[in-house]
Amino acid sequence: MQAVLDDFPAYLEAFGYTVFLFLVSGVISLLIGTVLAAMRVGPVAVLRLVATVYVSLLRNTPLIIVFAFFAFTAPIFGIRFGWLDVSIGPFDFTAFFGAAVVSLSLYTSAFVCEALRSGVNAVPLGQAEAARALGLPFGGVMTQVVLPQAARASIPPLASVQIALLKNTSVAAVFGVGEAVSQMRSFNNDNADQRYTIALAFVIGYVVLVEVVSFFSARLEKRYRVTTA
Amino acid sequence: MRTTTRFKAAAAAVLMTGALAACGDAGSEGEGGPSVGAEEVEEGKFPEGSRMAELADAGTIKVGVKYDQPGLGFKGANDDLPSGFDVEIAKLLVADLGIDPQDTSKVDYVETISDNREPFLQEGTVDLVLASYSITDERRQVVGQTGPYFVTGQQLLVPEASDVTSIEDLAGQEVCSVTGSTSIDRINEAGAKGVGFDSYSECVQKVLDGTVEAMSTDGTILAGYAAQNEGQLKVVGEEFSEENIGVGYSPDRPEMCEWINGVLEESFDNGSWAEAFERTLGPSGVEVPEPPTLDACPAA
Repeated sequence: MQAVLDDFPAYLEAFGYTVFLFLVSGVISLLIGTVLAAMRVGPVAVLRLVATVYVSLLRNTPLIIVFAFFAFTAPIFGIRFGWLDVSIGPFDFTAFFGAAVVSLSLYTSAFVCEALRSGVNAVPLGQAEAARALGLPFGGVMTQVVLPQAARASIPPLASVQIALLKNTSVAAVFGVGEAVSQMRSFNNDNADQRYTIALAFVIGYVVLVEVVSFFSARLEKRYRVTTA
Repeated sequence: MRTTTRFKAAAAAVLMTGALAACGDAGSEGEGGPSVGAEEVEEGKFPEGSRMAELADAGTIKVGVKYDQPGLGFKGANDDLPSGFDVEIAKLLVADLGIDPQDTSKVDYVETISDNREPFLQEGTVDLVLASYSITDERRQVVGQTGPYFVTGQQLLVPEASDVTSIEDLAGQEVCSVTGSTSIDRINEAGAKGVGFDSYSECVQKVLDGTVEAMSTDGTILAGYAAQNEGQLKVVGEEFSEENIGVGYSPDRPEMCEWINGVLEESFDNGSWAEAFERTLGPSGVEVPEPPTLDACPAA
């Protein structure tokens, strides 16, 4: 533990990268996932097929392979993130961060799509039929009637997906991002005599972050709870 | 395989002089043959109850080596045995116990990555670690380390066309190495920004595709990659760190230290150390240096 306390700024900076990876990928995955979910439950067969194939492909691929694709295969086809070079304080967001965000977002969006779709399926069919009967177009049916109810039912599974994303950011440790796990390995390498306490310090960091996400998800659930009384 | 004699070892050494190719084939005596054969262990060579005596009696040993560092410890997908300088030194130690180092039923060359070297020694998963294992004070707190059998330093590997000549030229820029390694720390200390991947070969990819301008680790490892990618990559710069590569042994078995030092000393004197160096690191253009001075063993 002493090693971590002696270099606490490095610990915080590492978790800073973890949080940035999580926030950016979280937002992007929610956006893409929502579009995908709309495609999967929508009336256009071609879009339905595209979204289904996307979900099958990304959900059936181990995350590390998605990472490896964007790190080693994509550059061969000219897909690289060299243009990305942003610095905020001690944080440098470069090609590696970009590739990590893309990998995490594409992967997680498949799960977001399925979480939302489970919510949509939880909305009784009568709701959509009633909205159609009122003359709403598909877009209106979705945005005005189905999705607000679906979102409510989707909050618990979405929170699980986002928590998984938070922990999945650790894969970026071996793809050039100096996030928490990579810093933990550094501490371990330099302080072989303190492995257990170093591991403990990083576990605590993750637990705290996950608790924060859980807290907000619980708040959202409460806020959108349907009270019949 | 106890019966294998010194004569056989000598004959094998003669056979090997011409053949430089790192031979990973355990069985094929004809092509190159084994580089090191088992030695005869005389009664009373090892003190009663010592770890060496236990291993010699059991006739089996587990050695932790790297699988991903050409020239030091490397095992290709189709190789039976890993090859490299670390492995050659391991074979000398194994042979001294009277165990045939080529016989994979007797010697288990376990892959150890940087992260699990101490746990493997503490838990007895391996008996010895020879995995480009830098000697440090922190590590000596938790495991036994002795040597060094090899002193190396960190350099840079850059594209052939690059005009980078030292780590100072890369201040503030990204330099690739292995996540959590000592090399990454040294890169950061030198003012560049270390980015970590899982293995050195992945860093080579990132240098080749231009995502980073350079990678850095021990010069001997880089020389191996430069040789593999001739005309595309080159090693540049002064060594900006010094790593003393040693042998790791169990913290509960301090008696192994004197034995390891003895075998290393013998190999320095009889030329088998220089020969192992020439055969493994020579092909990538590294000159055979003077053998390093061994650290004294802590008083037991």
